[in-house]
Amino acid sequence: MSTQTAATTTAPRETPMGELRQPSTGWKHARMYGGLVLIIVWGLAPFYWMVVTAFRDVDYTYDTTPWPTHVTLDNFRTAFSTDRGNHFAQALVNSVIIGILTTAVAMLVGVFTAYALSRLNFPGKYLVLGFILGASMFPGVALVAPLFSLFSTLGWLNGYNYQALIIPDISFALPLTVYTLTAFFSEMPWELEESARIDGCTPGQAFRKIMLPLAAPGLFTTAILAFIASWNEFLLAAQFSTSKTQPVTVAIANFTGSQPHQEPYTAVMAAGTIVTVPLIIMVLFFQRAIVSGLTAGGVKG
Amino acid sequence: MSTIADSTSGPASKAAPPKLRKSLHAGQGRTAALLVLPTLVLLGIVIVFPLIKAVIMSFQKDSGLDPATGQFVSGGSAGLDNYKHWLLQQCGDIKCPPGTLGAQFYDALWVTLFFTVTTVVIEVVLGIWFAMIMNRTFKGRGLVRAAILIPWAIPTAVTAKLWLFILAFEGIANHLLGLVGISPLLWTGDAWPSRFAIIIADVWKTTPFMALLILAGLQIIGADVYEAAKIDGASKWQTFTRITIPMIKVPLMVAVLFRTLDVLRIYDLPAILTNGGGGSGHATTTLSILVINQIRQGFNSASALSTIVFLIIAFTAFLFIKFGGADVVQRPPRGPSGKKKKRRKSQGDALDGDSNIEGSVIGSIGTGR
Repeated sequence: MSTQTAATTTAPRETPMGELRQPSTGWKHARMYGGLVLIIVWGLAPFYWMVVTAFRDVDYTYDTTPWPTHVTLDNFRTAFSTDRGNHFAQALVNSVIIGILTTAVAMLVGVFTAYALSRLNFPGKYLVLGFILGASMFPGVALVAPLFSLFSTLGWLNGYNYQALIIPDISFALPLTVYTLTAFFSEMPWELEESARIDGCTPGQAFRKIMLPLAAPGLFTTAILAFIASWNEFLLAAQFSTSKTQPVTVAIANFTGSQPHQEPYTAVMAAGTIVTVPLIIMVLFFQRAIVSGLTAGGVKG
Repeated sequence: MSTIADSTSGPASKAAPPKLRKSLHAGQGRTAALLVLPTLVLLGIVIVFPLIKAVIMSFQKDSGLDPATGQFVSGGSAGLDNYKHWLLQQCGDIKCPPGTLGAQFYDALWVTLFFTVTTVVIEVVLGIWFAMIMNRTFKGRGLVRAAILIPWAIPTAVTAKLWLFILAFEGIANHLLGLVGISPLLWTGDAWPSRFAIIIADVWKTTPFMALLILAGLQIIGADVYEAAKIDGASKWQTFTRITIPMIKVPLMVAVLFRTLDVLRIYDLPAILTNGGGGSGHATTTLSILVINQIRQGFNSASALSTIVFLIIAFTAFLFIKFGGADVVQRPPRGPSGKKKKRRKSQGDALDGDSNIEGSVIGSIGTGR
């Protein structure tokens, strides 16, 4: 979904559009900037409220002052505290472990399949593509009952059995990886590969030495997408994780406060901020990677 | 599991005499099979095998006390009983009594369809509007794109907790409503407010995804088309309905397809935000929540329900692709030997609009979760 960012930064279409809007009045401008402000508020306001609350004293949870008041770091201490049976720090580690391993498996397997799908002609190619696309639409909830009974037979539903979380995550991470990489590979300057073959490289060498470095931005972006998808996963993790392996999404959903039946909102908002901020930084970084990757990958003239 | 591997490994095995007729592509076919096989085997293990296991389980009886009839049931073949339980509301020989999970099936189905229709319609309208705003030339485009990506990047579990706080009785939403004279709502207590809470949170989170996909579609429309329409005296509304909408139809339908399938399986938001509750008790229980609740009472009956959910989703996808113009399978794999390569060469620009759509559509699969 970020390839279009590349297009918006390319100039050609902007000038004619500008000409078209020449008779624009001040009011038209005001309306357009009003729309822009609305989009920015839409995206930022709830997130801003989470961050403000995360830094607000727990006794002023429902303070509606729009700017930070009663600023404190206590909520972050509460979020990491294990006194009430919350293991947020462990959950962060778990999410990183699950995310990295899921991404690694999906990338290692997916990169070869994507290469075949974008580069090679073989019987059943469209069947494979259709199957992988269908897999990406597959409802995770249909996995729960059969895998639950299987994993409990295998004794995977207690202790540190990370594979009980990673294996189901493959079901959405791998189709995502194959499809995104297939799109990237279709955009690449494969003429260079042909040149390498003429210069005496084997197909494997041409792929490793010439194409892989060129594909790096796409690979990186795909890996980030797969990582975010498994970092954000909740349904499967909530069923197959234990108190030892639970990822952050489950930890945040089950966060308990000092009183039963009372949400510890400020601590949850602090935990939410910790989980979200790295993602947002990654997303902004990954946008740049996409833009530079796609524009640098093109063979000009 | 092994049968899948066997059936797909056929072309990969070295001794493959019947493949002679494909001598032209024989080498490529074998390489391709080797490269594709690991993915097919893995997906076979994590998707096809559980799916088949679920179908088999769905024809077995759950052993234990039947919560509806109070009678002990000892496993064995169930025939179609598990499906009759959900679809025909039959618990044993009687109709499922109110309060049992079986009796919630049609409520869950309707509320899931209600969420699907309302959120997708709102997201399409807002998404088109947002995309048209973002399609204009302006300064600070980076800031807008960053802002719109934030709801997309936040994990759904965090989104649910964030909106739970915003919509709390003493929270900011009721405070703002109070400023315009609306009395505070029990957002996560009453039936309709809790449903709207889910819709609000979902629309907030996924409209950006929709807007970005539509934006990719808008960018392939050349300014010359609009110019021609203007010269011909088309009104703004005519330009929108006769040019913009038809031109973005394919990416729009693909976006709608993925969002529809996503909402049909919605779990995270209602599970955390309202715990499936609201009103008399299950006003926001979606099909996925019902499956998870049923698993605690019996795997086999839950398998029947999850198989029904799978069939609903598969059928919806089929309808979209067959009749809705969501051309998802045929477009992506246009190899570099196709016309795209020629056109790219002639333009000298790797970023022609058509490829943008494909890239964004393919790249977005599954990331809307």
